Amino acid sequence: MSNPISRWLSSDVGYSFRQSKTAMVAAFIAFVFIFCAVFAKWIAPYDPFDAASLELMDSRLPPAWSAEGSTKYLLGTDDQGRDILSALMYGTRISLVVGMSSVLLSLVVGVSLGLIAGFRGGWLDAFLMRLCDVMLSFPAILVALLIAGVGRALFPNADDSLAFGVLIISISLTGWVQYARTVRGTTLVERNKEYVQAARVTGVAPLRIMLRHVLPNVLGPVTVLATIQVATAIITEATLSFLGVGVPPTSPSLGTLIRIGNDFLFSGEWWITIFPGVTLVLIALSVNLLGDWLRDALNPRLR
Amino acid sequence: MFAFILQRLIQAIMVMVSVAFIAFLLFQYVGDPVLFMLGQDATQDQIDALRKDLGLDQAFIVQFGHFLWNAVQGEFGISLRQGAKVSQLIADRFPATLELALIAAGLALVLGIPMGVYAALRRGTLSSQLLMTFSLLGVSLPTFLIGILLILFFAVLLGWLPSFGRGDVVKIGWWSTGLLTAKGWQHIVLPALTLTVFQLTLIMRLVRAEMLEVLRTDYIKFARARGLSNRAIHFGHALKNTLVPVMTITGLQLGGLIAFAIITETVFQWPGMGLLFIQAVTFADVPVMAAYLCLIALIFVVINLTVDLLYFAVDPRLRVGKAGGH
Repeated sequence: MSNPISRWLSSDVGYSFRQSKTAMVAAFIAFVFIFCAVFAKWIAPYDPFDAASLELMDSRLPPAWSAEGSTKYLLGTDDQGRDILSALMYGTRISLVVGMSSVLLSLVVGVSLGLIAGFRGGWLDAFLMRLCDVMLSFPAILVALLIAGVGRALFPNADDSLAFGVLIISISLTGWVQYARTVRGTTLVERNKEYVQAARVTGVAPLRIMLRHVLPNVLGPVTVLATIQVATAIITEATLSFLGVGVPPTSPSLGTLIRIGNDFLFSGEWWITIFPGVTLVLIALSVNLLGDWLRDALNPRLR
Repeated sequence: MFAFILQRLIQAIMVMVSVAFIAFLLFQYVGDPVLFMLGQDATQDQIDALRKDLGLDQAFIVQFGHFLWNAVQGEFGISLRQGAKVSQLIADRFPATLELALIAAGLALVLGIPMGVYAALRRGTLSSQLLMTFSLLGVSLPTFLIGILLILFFAVLLGWLPSFGRGDVVKIGWWSTGLLTAKGWQHIVLPALTLTVFQLTLIMRLVRAEMLEVLRTDYIKFARARGLSNRAIHFGHALKNTLVPVMTITGLQLGGLIAFAIITETVFQWPGMGLLFIQAVTFADVPVMAAYLCLIALIFVVINLTVDLLYFAVDPRLRVGKAGGH
């Protein structure tokens, strides 16, 4: 039982994981995609960014199983002769990196603001919650688009890393609200409990109370939220990239690949669009299903 | 009730002023209109003169006042990219977006409510399970992908429906409508379907959950005890109370539809406000971005306010509760 994996599997959450077929299938799919994304450099058959290896002769080939397809390219090629399968692996990597970093950023910002608002109360709490109300009344995609647009206008000659930064910030600025509200709600409840008052009486500093005593109690709902937000962030990124205000064209994400493929839809070359699309949906669906399962597993009332 | 309305009105005005302030900041700090209008090799004198002309040398708060006054009149200056008045550009595009959003909202209600009721009444059967699976897929599929799939099937493979533009439009005053021509209707089918999927699944899930909740309540049990028919109980009693939250969500989602129309309009090259906005974002066309932002905020605020007020009209408990002084 010393090995952490077997210890996890025999815990409460691990037990409910073994009981749920949906969760296991979703976790497996998510694992495959993460594995491909992390090791894209070694397992992808070609390097889609290496211009020297591209052969225009091989452009717009259908997948291997159709009549004109070539076994060299399992899922076909795009207009520049890039192998779709390799482009998918690298694209998934970019989508996952952008999605996860924006979730991480919005989680840190949202949890801190929620803790402070719930713990301090007063005008700061009122102000932050009004701000949340206003932000929630607009769809996330609109806010993200606007921030991306302003970022573009402010830095017209931005290099790639700056473009990534603006994109990640624009996605996280729409996501923090959910964390802040959830954490504030739980903090308000925890604040008046005896253990927090005991800590106060013994003279523990407020910051330490927040981090050591209150924070662990809000982590459950935050974990569920973060899982579901990964799916949302990946879809938002893909949408922004599809609209042309996302990742820089030199590092195509799944959304960029769909955007490129969309131009060839009418000539019947469906595979350039459909494969990245299916990948995107599978990732979003498996992450969402994992989030649903986690919500039920962490809810003691449902056990 | 009066206090409630007043409070909501003040909140709405606060939101509008803060959105206008953000739009104003865009004008102030993003891009320099003077340099844009005069070109790179203007002399300092020319720049100063134009600054004075445009009122850019005045105090910040005075400029904001000017901006607000112009914005209230719908005046946002001239598009940097298209050279036309922004108010005119938006007025040209507004009917296309509104028609699309209304048709999509209508579809979502007409299809979503019956599907939700069915899924609730036939809970556990294969067909309602299928409906729920479909709805999960609808939530997970990004809007632009739905559009692309619809184009692939109905426009490219089957060739039944057109996939871009609005078709023939008829002008009624300044309003251009596509709903009076056969071509216009053909063109709106795919974009409206794309836009409606997310709302449809949302409404369906909501109706199902609410209906299951209502069916458990005592007054339904009493209605059954009185010997009313299933039909009267389900549609006469249960559905009525189910629809209150549905009304709220639909109202709030109408604003969402207009925002999501940005994506749908890009996929289908639908000549609406969303397409105008995305082009403005791509080319950093600040006046158009600012005007769109203010207009969307106005639409949202008006819808939120209307929904709040409708609650009073629909739910008698709210009125009684206030009058009773609880």
